[in-house]
Formats: sequence, C-alpha cells, structure tokens
Amino acid sequence: MSLPPSDRELVTEALGRDPTPTESVLFENLWSEHCAYRSSRPLLSAFESEGERVVVGPGDDAAVLALPDPETGENSDTYVTMGIESHNHPSYVDPFDGAATGVGGIVRDTLSMGAYPIALADSLYFGGFDREHSKYLLEGVVEGISHYGNCIGVPTVTGSASFHDGYEGNPLVNVACIGVTNGDRLVTAEAKSPGNKLVLVGNATGRDGLGGASFASEDLSEDAETEDRPAVQVGDPYAEKRLIEANEELVDAGLLRASRDLGAAGLGGASSELVAKGGLGAHIELDRVHQREPNMNAMEILLAESQERMCYEVRPDDVEAVEATAEKYDLGCSVIGEVADGNYVCTMDGDTVVDVDAEYLADGAPMNDLEHAEPPAPERDRPDPALDEAFEAVVGSPNTASKAWIYRQYDHEVGTRTAQKPGDDAALLAIRRDGIGLAFSSGADPNWTEAAPYEGARAVALENAVNLATTGATPLAAVDCLNGGNPEKPEVYGGFRAIVDGLADMCADLGVPVVGGNVSLYNDSVAGPIPPTPTLAMAGTNPGYDAPGSALDGGGESELLVVAAGEDRALGGSELLSQFGGTDRFPAVPEAAPELVATVADVADLESTLAVHDVSHGGVAVTLAEMVGDVGAEVSLPGDVGAEVSLPGDSALEALFSEAAGRVVVETADPDAVREQAPDGVSVEAIGETTDDGRLDLTVGEETLTYTADRIATLRDVIADGLE
Amino acid sequence: MTVAVIRFGGSNCDRDARRALDHLGIDAEIVWHADGLPEDTDGIVIPGGFSYGDYLRAGAMAARTPILDSVRAAAESGTPVLGVCNGAQIGSESDLTPGAFTTNRSARFQCEPVYLRVENADTPWTDAYEAGAVIEIPIAHGEGRFEIDNDRLAALEDDDRVLFRYCDADGEVTDAANPNGSKHNVAGILGGDDHVAVLMPHPERASLPDIGPTDGQGILRAFE
Repeated sequence: MSLPPSDRELVTEALGRDPTPTESVLFENLWSEHCAYRSSRPLLSAFESEGERVVVGPGDDAAVLALPDPETGENSDTYVTMGIESHNHPSYVDPFDGAATGVGGIVRDTLSMGAYPIALADSLYFGGFDREHSKYLLEGVVEGISHYGNCIGVPTVTGSASFHDGYEGNPLVNVACIGVTNGDRLVTAEAKSPGNKLVLVGNATGRDGLGGASFASEDLSEDAETEDRPAVQVGDPYAEKRLIEANEELVDAGLLRASRDLGAAGLGGASSELVAKGGLGAHIELDRVHQREPNMNAMEILLAESQERMCYEVRPDDVEAVEATAEKYDLGCSVIGEVADGNYVCTMDGDTVVDVDAEYLADGAPMNDLEHAEPPAPERDRPDPALDEAFEAVVGSPNTASKAWIYRQYDHEVGTRTAQKPGDDAALLAIRRDGIGLAFSSGADPNWTEAAPYEGARAVALENAVNLATTGATPLAAVDCLNGGNPEKPEVYGGFRAIVDGLADMCADLGVPVVGGNVSLYNDSVAGPIPPTPTLAMAGTNPGYDAPGSALDGGGESELLVVAAGEDRALGGSELLSQFGGTDRFPAVPEAAPELVATVADVADLESTLAVHDVSHGGVAVTLAEMVGDVGAEVSLPGDVGAEVSLPGDSALEALFSEAAGRVVVETADPDAVREQAPDGVSVEAIGETTDDGRLDLTVGEETLTYTADRIATLRDVIADGLE
Repeated sequence: MTVAVIRFGGSNCDRDARRALDHLGIDAEIVWHADGLPEDTDGIVIPGGFSYGDYLRAGAMAARTPILDSVRAAAESGTPVLGVCNGAQIGSESDLTPGAFTTNRSARFQCEPVYLRVENADTPWTDAYEAGAVIEIPIAHGEGRFEIDNDRLAALEDDDRVLFRYCDADGEVTDAANPNGSKHNVAGILGGDDHVAVLMPHPERASLPDIGPTDGQGILRAFE
C-alpha cells in the first residue's frame, strides 16, 4: 500500500510541492481508515456524546466522566475514564501478541488522561467453535490477554465471546479499559505552550509494527498469517507495568502538561496529533529518539509501532524530574524536541524530513462518501425441533455456554475492587473514595445484527444497559467499537450504517452519552465480510457495592418473575435459528426500554430481591439454565437450588428461545414489592418458584423438561471440554 | 508495628496488601525495593505480581536484589515475613522457605476461589483458625505448583511446617481439589522459623468485607 494518488494530489496542492518520502508515508498512515475514520466519521455524528457527567468527550485518548456524588447526585471530583480499541487484524496473524498488545494500547490510552487503569473488558468474536483454527485463535487470544493483563495488574472483569462462521478468516478482539482519576490529575492530549519539551518515555523504538495503521485498513489476504507478521507488534507487559507506575508518579507530581500514547502510526501519529490539538507545531529531532536497532531511518522512527511508549509535553524546568522517574523505573527517556508555533517539523541528522501543518496531517484526510444498500429483512421460515433437542442444543452452544474457561485465565480480582466477578451480567467495582459501585458490561451479538443491523444494534445497547441494571446501577456512559467489513461494498456499508444508527438511537433513548469509540473496517477475508458487530462497553453507577447476582439463592420460599417490556417474541437472530437453521423477523425492541432499565435497577436494589439475570442470548431457556446450574456460581453456593417453572406463550419455541431484548428473570422473596416498582409499559409475570431439589423442571404448554443441575453444568461446559 | 510491603518493578498486589492491612488497623507502607527496608520495619510482606516480569523464572530476579539480604537478616532477627503468590516464589528462590513453585498442572493461569485446610493452627499465621478448619481464599497464578524432593517434604511434614493444603468444601484433601498439581496439595508453608511463611493463595483478596468473604484476615493478623 502507498499514499493513494488522489490523496497525493491533495497533499501536493496543500504543501505547494511534492511530499518528501517520509511525509508521504506519514500521510498514508495518518490518513488511513484506521487513523482517520474516513468512511465512518460522517456517520458518527449520529451519536449523542454530551451529558452532565461528561468531562472529556470523543477525540482524546479516552473519555472522562464525573461520578455522581452518592449523597447529592451532583458531579463528584472523582473521574473515570473509558476507552475501547480493536486489535482484529493483528490477532488473526499472531493471536497471542496481537491480543496482548491490544490490551497494552487501551491501557496507555487510559494513562494518557492522567488516570490509573482499574478494569479491562474483552469482547471476542471467532469463527465456528467446531473448527480447529477457531480454537487455536481463541486459545492464543485468551493467553495473550491473560499474559499481558495479569502481568500489568489490571483485572479483566467482564466481556463476551461469540462464535459465528462470519469471523472464520477475521476474528475480532475488542478491548475496553476503565481508569480512575480526578479533577487535579486530569491530563489531556492538547499541547499547551511553545517552548515546552516533548519527552518520549518507555521502550526503545525498533522496527516492529511498521505500517500497522495501514495494515489495519486492508482486507486480510489468504497468506496474511505469514505475510503480515512483521506488521504485528510484540508486547512487553513488564515495561507496561513500569510505565503505569512511572506515569502515576509523574501525574502525582503534576509534571505533565499534555500526554499521548504511541499507538497506531507510532511517534508520528502521537506527536503530530498532540500538537495539532493545541493548534501548534513542533520541532522534533528524530535522531534523539532512543532506538533498539541500528541504522533506522526517519520513516521507521516515525512510524514504528513499538509498544509501551508515551509522549509527554513537559515544562523545561521539569524535564530533569521526568528523567529521574523514568530512570527509577528503568525506562528509556529522550527529550526529542519541543512544542513550537508554526509547522510540525522533523529533522534527521540535521536534514528536514517533515515540514507540514500538524492540523492538516492529523485532521485533513478527506472523508469518503460511500454508497450503501439497505439489508433485506428475513422472511419467516422457522424450524420445528423437539423441545428437549432444542433446549440441549441452545444451552450447549458455545455462544451461550459458560465462559469460565476464558475468564479463569484472567486475573479478575487484582486491585481488590471486584465486588461482582465475571460470569454475572455485569462486573461491579468498588470505587471506595466515593462509596460508589461502578458496573461495567461489554458485548454485542453477531446473530442479532446479522438478522437486523439496526434493531439488533438497538438490542445490543439495551442489553448492556439491562446488564448494568441487574446490579442496581444507572447507566453513566458508553464507548463503542464498531467493526465492519469492506465499506466499499454497498451492502456492507449499509449494514454498518445501520448498526451505528441503532446504537446511537437506543443510547439516546436511554440517556446514555456515547463518549468515544473505535472503528475497525475492512474486516473481510476470503470467507467474506464479518457480520456488522457493534461492541458496546457501558458503565453505570449505584451507591454501594452490593448486587444480588444472577445465581439462584433458594434457601427459603422465593418466587421467580419475568420483568419485561414489549411483547414481540419473534425468533430472528436467536441461537435457536443458528443451531437449527431457518429465518424469522428480529423481535421489535420495546418502546419502554428506558422504563424497563430503571425498573430493573430499582428491583435489584430491593432487600427482598435474591437474584436478577437478564434474558438475552439463548432466551429464557439459557437464563434459567444459568441461574440454576452455572458451574461458576455453584462453587460459591451452599447447595444446589432447583426451580419449577411454567411459561405461557403462543409457541413453546418463542417462550423459551426468543431473544427479544428488555427482559430479566427475578428471584424474589416479595413478589408484590417487585410489582410495585413496575410502571406502565413494564410487565411483571410470575413464572414459578425455587425448590431445593437441584433440578430445573420446565413446563411449557403441554410439555415438561427436567434437567438436573449437573446435566445443565455438563451441557454448559462445552468450551472447556473442547479445549482441555 | 509498621509492615513494609516491598514493591519491585512488576509487583501488583502491593496496594491490595496495604489496603487489607489498613482495614485490620495494621500500619503498613509500600517500600520501593531500591530504597531498602526502613529502620522501623516490624513486619514484611512480599506481595504478589510479576516482579521483573517473571523473566528468567518467577521470583528469581527479585530474590537476587539487595533488599532480599535485608529481608533475610530481618527474618533471622525475628521479624515476621509473609510471601504471597509472587512473594512465595521469591521466598523459595531466596531460600527463605524450601521447595519451589512452578508451572501449574494445567499449564494455564488460574484465577479462582479455592478451599484450604488449616494443617497447623499453632503458628502466628494460623492461630486465628482451628486446626482442620476449611477456609476459602482465591488463587491467581500460572506458576503455583509446589515441588520439593521427597526427603525435604517428609521433613516439612514431620516438623508440622505445612500451613495449608488445598482441599474440597468438606476439608478432604483430594487430587480433584488440587488446583495446580502441588505435591501433597501443599498451598502454604513455614520457613525455618514460625514467623516466616509463604503461600500461593491471596489472603489480602479475602479480607475486605465490602467486596466479599474475609477468611484471609486471620493470616494477616499475624502482624498485629
């Protein structure tokens, strides 16, 4: 790949001369789809990104939100950061290093806001689990995340994992990070004053990851695994951990005027974007960069994506203190130049190799106006499996199965903040400074957005909000990672537009500002484009760190209720259809979504509420199976708890397997208290009670299914069984 | 009493250990390894994490830093020393305690709650429990399988220096309840003296009532 001719023409006209070879590759990378969002930025204005809690919105390394004061509800001085990133192409070529460096990148985005990282979430998407190659990628990706995240001491507390044939040649690795900071510590990527020094701290620069940004903006070829390996970076979590602590000391001491991490497009990207944001330029002497390899040229130094590096703006008088901290942590440190008025200028051995307007380089890429075609709505052609066969196939699907094999490999407790762990709908983190519980959820469902991109994306947003609400939390904000195929194909771009609008509309309905995100296009392989995949990571807050959890409590007289909005129980997008084939309409997402989310949060906070679990992937069948017999939850239970349930519904399949969003199952000792919470538009329906016989007895119409907790646990163990 | 929680590059449970000790009313401070042990150190925690990135071998590099000489000297003069997880690996690499902790039987990192049976309740680390009591504390490690030659294991057991063994909820010490393949299910041991102990499970993660169970408090109360 090289700078496209049309871009070259624009650059030549703007500069009044031909770009130098170094400028040319700088424009190629910074104007790539990956860095410049050329095909997606025109769509992203659909997102409402402002709100009373939003301190820093989209455009910086990470977004910053004020937590609500638990007493007054006013903005507290405690801030959290949210960011999300994809590392899709690298994870296909080299799953271990690709996923590991994805974690590293989003953590540094957190550092550059002056925040300390406290939680990670990973949403992973692979081809069919029955394929050896998918298992190989899953094992490598999980090991990479585990290796890197565990070592740096940032807990991985939630996430999702999906399997779908559309990811066969192009898996997705989406990583979100939350950090904590406050008003005094906040740092942004906006350069402040000419004369301040630019200091590069962290690993030495080598030739790794050259051209990663432009690599991320192409389809993966058949030979990508071998051909593109040099474009994948290798991570060093020990260096990252030292960088985290050094950054913390620098922030504590107030030494950073501005900060940007080095990610896509390396030093060239970070330094030019930092000064561009301040409306300034820079003078950088590239030969002052500490290097790992001899004889690197200007282009390599500017574009290498060597990991674990930060670019800081520092007052001249503070440079010595920054150098001392870097030395304490055994990190390389070089003063590479200074912020200046005028152009962004780089020299190498005294020769000027770059001399351009920083803002033009960082923000001047032309936007694409691409054709789009609306995806067709599926016809109704439902399968007719026996109910027990359907139950076992859906509950035993890798998509709905226990993910304990994955999250057991992640340290999800380091930091001693994790009040609710992976395996439940959302993680809950103790923010002790304010006594606030921070709920965190991340995910999407490719079956939903493949069946109906717009409605499916609305359901994804609603599901994440409901996940938070099961802990009692009210949504605070969300960040999105929008994954799509080659946007130059009208039907792919049409689907992509629809997921953007779907997320945007539901988040607006729910009053959840979408404060940042990441776009990853060209996720095409020889197997075709991926399903449009709108990963959403959402955080919410609630006073205190108590949550009922999703495992049945039993231990007395308790009833099971479904709290729901909407009545459509169509089967489109369901795991049932992906198991048995057939098509159906995607169920309408309920109008009363905001009321439902608020009701679930109120119900979760009731003393009499013993368990709350959302109904989503796999429908009510999977919700009940998880509540009764989840292996991860069983460990902490005093004994097996069973349930006797009877469901109405015009069709047994709909009752059990529809994935209509906006529903939860509640276990309560006081059903009337739940009913009192429900406003118009939200229904409360009794479906049974808990027993103590360790079985799920499920009567649907004339039929009764009976499963022991052990049998369910065995069905749900399909991922561990397939990999051990 | 001031407990020094030693931080190496790559330590990551240092703040957690201090928070848990704080919660128990025990004065603790984090000490950067290169700064050396403070003079008023009355107790030492070598916390979990990945000191020096676990490069070479888990704990091997930290065991050879100058501060470990001070730790050994303090231990000899009676200062209580607790190594947790990576701290246990450092403890065995620096000969504070016998044996070694190596790659889990699963060859994978494992973060999960485990049950421990208290084998000897007559030590500062366990006198909060009854002998034979079953406590629940999480593990989080990739290299926690305790290995030692048979003679030295026999000596450890004969001297009653095994503190905890992995067990099931009923206190049965079984292979199924052994999360990492440790020899004789050993999860924590004493060094030559009662006041030096290492264990792979994380007591500091089971000490804060606001996020979960608190079975680990008894171990940390040795510093009271």
